[in-house]
Amino acid sequence: MLTKRIIPCLDIKDGRTVKGVNFVDLRDAGDPVELAAIYAQEGADELVFLDISATEEKRKTLAELVYHVAETINIPFTVGGGISSVEDVDILLKNGADKVSINSSAVKRPELINELVAKFGSQCIVVAIDAKQIDEQWKVHLVGGKVPTEMDLFEWAKEVEQRGAGEILFTSMDHDGTKNGFANEALAKLSKLVNIPIIASGGAGSIPHFADTFKEGKADAALAASVFHFKEIEIKDLKNELKEEGIPVRI
Amino acid sequence: MKLVIIDYGAGNIQSIKFAIQRLGFEAVLSHDAEEIRQADKVIFPGVGEASSAMAKLRDTGLDKLIPTLKQPVLGICLGMQLMCKSSEEGNTKGLGIFDLDVVKFPNTVKVPQIGWNQITELQSDLFKGIPENSYIYLVHSFYSPKGEDTIAQSDYALPYSAALQKDNFYGVQFHPEKSSEVGSTILENFLTVI
Repeated sequence: MLTKRIIPCLDIKDGRTVKGVNFVDLRDAGDPVELAAIYAQEGADELVFLDISATEEKRKTLAELVYHVAETINIPFTVGGGISSVEDVDILLKNGADKVSINSSAVKRPELINELVAKFGSQCIVVAIDAKQIDEQWKVHLVGGKVPTEMDLFEWAKEVEQRGAGEILFTSMDHDGTKNGFANEALAKLSKLVNIPIIASGGAGSIPHFADTFKEGKADAALAASVFHFKEIEIKDLKNELKEEGIPVRI
Repeated sequence: MKLVIIDYGAGNIQSIKFAIQRLGFEAVLSHDAEEIRQADKVIFPGVGEASSAMAKLRDTGLDKLIPTLKQPVLGICLGMQLMCKSSEEGNTKGLGIFDLDVVKFPNTVKVPQIGWNQITELQSDLFKGIPENSYIYLVHSFYSPKGEDTIAQSDYALPYSAALQKDNFYGVQFHPEKSSEVGSTILENFLTVI
């Protein structure tokens, strides 16, 4: 049976992890490769690296990081953050990334999705969507959720699917950082609307939140950062409890 | 042992190279017919779209070479699908090693299938030491149905071939290079047991 995926997300700046991590067994808390290896060992199903650096050397630094991650870990990983061209994606995939996620660049020029799918296949193209509820309507936001647009989350998700994306990573800006649970209502609606996998993001604070997003939110995967980095939730405990709840997970 | 990964411009072969390195072996990337023919073992990877990958094989003559190879050959993901008779994806004629037609998953399930699923009815030394119901990582929209060459099955909407074997040809739908310790053992079996 296909299992629900647990995905730790690592924020990267200039080749280093950004948010503090609370791993006593980590020799270098800022080394993404070492952290990735630990997550893989602890039972993470997949990893996401989100690059937030804005330097000119960004492309080269990220490619090098991807190369070292691919060299080290034996589970799949996605790379996102500022990817805006076929060439960007080509470099990351050649260095060993399994998937890339695009966000603002796809909103600005939706044909980019078609171009990437035609060249690399749907299986490696994830479209990340950040959205926030404004006057009862979910509006797509850009630049890490800072800039609102007039686009409707559900219309955009449908278009993203039609253009060939393999997966949607939906972050609710209303839930992100609150630790009050995922946006399950919107997630369930998304899951019903499109027939590609949905990764839930934003709001993870406790183990029951994950169970809820799989049960009520119908999510195919759940992504979180700080609860894993600060060891508030251990992946092993999380998976054991999900299994007890009757949710299929890889243990 | 001389190990060649067929490099025909389709997909992420860096990961396979790294997975082999982690097992303590070295692999050469090549599209040279002579080099491939002289290898002890050959890995035939592939991700992406079937008809364009097949076109790349035809351009380099590899479509003629691969079915004539005598050493163990392991097709991975799209590589395995291209070893079948045909694929519904892009209406593609395959290499015809396995007498099976690759078709798309029905839309009663999410397509592509992405994630970790289980393998059962394991019937080959490729799975030596691998328990039934072990988890492997897959990403695919098309699948090969079950047939007489099926050596492992998985279930998504219906039971389908997770692995195939005929004579010296092996194919796996999943990514052993991304399937944690289970995947490493399967790759190691291909390199040392087969």
